[in-house]
Amino acid sequence: MLPELGQIALILALLVAALQAILPLIGAQRGIPAWMAIARPAAFAQFALVALAFGVLTYGFVSQDFSIKYVAINSNSLLPMVYRYTAVWGSHEGSLLLWALILSIWTAAVARFSQRLPAEVIARVLGVMGAVAFGFLAFLIFTSNPFERLLPAVAEGRDLNPLLQDPGMIIHPPMLYLGYVGFSVPFAFAIAALLDGRIDARWLRWTRPWTNVAWAFLTLGIALGSWWAYYELGWGGWWFWDPVENASFMPWLAGAALLHSQAVTEKRGSFRGWTLLLAIATFSLSLLGTFLVRSGVLTSVHAFASDPARGLFILVFLGIVIGGSLVLYALRAPSDDSGAPFNVASRETLLLANNLLLSTACAMVLLGTLYPLLADALDLGKISVGPPYFALMFMVLMAPLILLLPFGPVTRWQREQVSKPLAMLLPWGVLALLVGVAAYFLTPQSSWKVLAGVLAAVWIVVGTLRFVWTRFAQAGRQFTAEMLGMTLAHFGIAIFLVGALLTEGLSQQREVAVAQGQSVELGRYAFRFDGAERYQGPNYVGDRGTVTVFHDDAPVTVLHPEKRAYTSGGQVMTEAAIDPGFSRDLYVAMGEPLGGNSWALRVHVKPFVRWIWGGALLMMLGGLVTATDRRFARTETRRVAAGEAMETTA
Amino acid sequence: MNPIRRNRLIWIAALVAAAGIAAAMITYAIQRNITYLFTPSEVLRGETGAHARFRLGGMVSANSFQRAQGSLEAHFRVTDGDAEMPVVYTGILPDLFREKQAVIATGRMEGNHFVAEQVLAKHDETYMPKEVADKMGMAHKKHDVEIQAAAPVAETR
Repeated sequence: MLPELGQIALILALLVAALQAILPLIGAQRGIPAWMAIARPAAFAQFALVALAFGVLTYGFVSQDFSIKYVAINSNSLLPMVYRYTAVWGSHEGSLLLWALILSIWTAAVARFSQRLPAEVIARVLGVMGAVAFGFLAFLIFTSNPFERLLPAVAEGRDLNPLLQDPGMIIHPPMLYLGYVGFSVPFAFAIAALLDGRIDARWLRWTRPWTNVAWAFLTLGIALGSWWAYYELGWGGWWFWDPVENASFMPWLAGAALLHSQAVTEKRGSFRGWTLLLAIATFSLSLLGTFLVRSGVLTSVHAFASDPARGLFILVFLGIVIGGSLVLYALRAPSDDSGAPFNVASRETLLLANNLLLSTACAMVLLGTLYPLLADALDLGKISVGPPYFALMFMVLMAPLILLLPFGPVTRWQREQVSKPLAMLLPWGVLALLVGVAAYFLTPQSSWKVLAGVLAAVWIVVGTLRFVWTRFAQAGRQFTAEMLGMTLAHFGIAIFLVGALLTEGLSQQREVAVAQGQSVELGRYAFRFDGAERYQGPNYVGDRGTVTVFHDDAPVTVLHPEKRAYTSGGQVMTEAAIDPGFSRDLYVAMGEPLGGNSWALRVHVKPFVRWIWGGALLMMLGGLVTATDRRFARTETRRVAAGEAMETTA
Repeated sequence: MNPIRRNRLIWIAALVAAAGIAAAMITYAIQRNITYLFTPSEVLRGETGAHARFRLGGMVSANSFQRAQGSLEAHFRVTDGDAEMPVVYTGILPDLFREKQAVIATGRMEGNHFVAEQVLAKHDETYMPKEVADKMGMAHKKHDVEIQAAAPVAETR
C-alpha cells in the first residue's frame, strides 16, 4: 500500500508544480494578486509532497520491500543499515527523486526567505522554479518511476553496486545536487527579470548569496567525488577528465564566472545582459550534466544506466529550458547594457577577463565532452577525447587567469593607473618566482609542474595578502564578509594548485608482483608485503593484506589494503589502504592473487595530494562566507551609481 | 568614424581573433588527443589506417586469460564474434575484468599482438559500454545472433 502512497504524492506534487508554475506567472503578468499569492503555499506544499514520496521510498529500502522494483534492483537483505538509506539515490530513479526533493527544498527556502521582495518578483521566481519541478516530476513519473511494482515480489534483491557502498558516496550526490539545483535560483531570477523587463540591483543583490551557496555546495560535491574516486577506484588518481566529472565541472566553471559577473552587475550596473545569460547557461549546464550522466549517452570509466526511451524526453526538456530561455533573452534582453562607464584599466576589465577565461574553459570542456557524441552522430567513428587535451587546454586558459587574479582586488573600479597595481604587486611577483625556482631545485624530480604550482600558489597568496593589508592599513575602511569570502576562496585556489601540480609532478607509482616478505622500493619509502588472509564481511568475502611501510628503514605505518568479493553479484572490489599525511599520502592497493603467496600490488607515494581537497574546502568556505555579507540582507532601495532599474525593450 | 564606434570595432576584431585562435587551438588539441575504437575484425581488415594508437573493444574470449605465476604480464584474447585479437597487458587489471565480459583496451599493435597500456572493464554485471555494444550489435545483426538486452543498472557517480 505504501508505495502507492508515494506514487500518489508524486502525482500530486506534479499537479502542485503545474499550479505553482502557471497561476503566479500569469498573475504577475496581469497583476492579479490572488494568483500571485498561490506561489508561496504551492512551494511549501510541493516540498511536503516530494518529501513524503522520498520518505516512502526510503522506508521501502529500510524495510526491504522487494515488491518495489527499484528496491529489489538496488538493495539486498545483507546490505548494512546505513547503506539502505543511501541506496535510495544509488541509481537512476532514486537520484532523480533526490534531485526533485532538493529542488523543492530550494524552492521552499526561496519562498521562506523572500518576504521582503516585491510580490511580482517572487511570484515569477517561484513560478519558474515550479516549471522546472514540473519537468523533472513528469520525467520521474512517466519514464523513471521509482515506485514501480515488481509482482510477484522477489525473495532477494540484487544488491547495491558495491562501488556505492562507501561513506564518501553517502554525501557526494546530495552535495552535488544541492549545487546543481541551487543554480535554479539565479536562473529563475534571470527569467523573472526578463519577463518583467527590469533588472534591478536590489534583486540582483538578493540572488547573489544564493549563487554563492549553490556554488559552494557544488565545489564540495565535486571535491567529494574526486576524493571518493581517489580512494575507492584504487587507481590513486584524483581527476580523470572523465565525461561524468566534466558534466559536474562545466556548471562549476560557469558558476564561478557567474559569481564574479553578478558582483560587477550589482555594484556597477555593467554586464547586465551577460549576467543574465550566464545565469541561464549555468543552470542549463547543470541540467545537461544531470542528464548526460543519467541518460547514458556518454562512455565513461564509470558506468551508467542506459535507456533510449528516456533520451527523447531529456532532449525535449533540455530543448524547452535552454531554447525557451535563450529565445526569451533574445526578445527581452536589456538594450542598454552599458552601466557605469569604465576604462580599459579598471577592475571591470579584469573581471571581464576572468569571465571570458572561465567561460572559454567551460566551452572547451563542453566541446571535448560532446565531441565523441557529435562524431558518432556524424558517423566519423567511435572516438574518445583523451585527458591530455583537457589538461593542455585547461593549463593554457588558467595560466592568464592566475596571473591576473591578485590584480583584481587591488585595482579600482572604473579607472586605474596601470602603474599602481603593478608597482604594488611586482615585488611579490618576484618573491613568488624565487620561491618557485627554489622549490624546483629542492625537489628531486625537478619537474616544471613543481615550479608552476609553487610559483602560482605563492603569487596568489601574497598578492591576496597585499590586498588584505591595504584594507587594514587604511584606518576606517571596513573588511566585509564578502572580502573575507573572496580572500578565502582565492587562498583555496592557491592551496589547490599546490596539491594538483605537486601531486602530478612528484608522484611515484609502481605496479609489481610481490611474494610474502618481499619489499617494493619507491623513493625513500619501502613497502613490505607481509601476506594476505581471508575473512568474512557482512555481505562480502575479503582478502586482507598487510603492508608495512618504511621510510629510510624506519617503520612508518602498517597498511591493510583489501580485495572484496561481494556475495550477491560476485563483483570484486578493491579497497585501497591510505596513510594520509600533510605533505604526502602513502597509498597501497591490491591487484589480483598471482598464485602461491604472491599478489599484484600497486603502491603510490603522492605528495601534497590532500591539499587538492583542502583547497576545494577553502573555496567552498569562501562561497559560504561571502553569502553571509550583511549587505545582501539589506533590501531598501539604495541605488548604486547606474544600478537603477533599467527599462528594456519589450 | 566616431571614437565609440572605433572602440567597438577594435573590441569586435579582438574578440573574433581570440575566438579564431581558440577554435584553431582546440581543434588541433582534439585532433591530437582522440583515440578511435575498433573491433578485432576491423583491425584485421586494416581499418585502423594511420591510427597507431587506438582502443580495441570487445569481449574477453572464454579460456583465453593466462598469466605466468608471480608475474604481472597478462595475455588474453578479445573477440567481437567474428575475429579474435591477442592482447598483452602488464599491470593490474580492473576489478571487473573477466572472461566473457566486455573490455576496452587502449594501446597499439606490435606484430600481431595488441599491446595495451590501459584496460577498462565494464562496471556492471549486465552492462556493456554503449559504443562497444553498438559495434558488436552490427556484427551480431550480420550473423543473425540474438543480442541480450541491457537491463537498466546502477550508476556509480
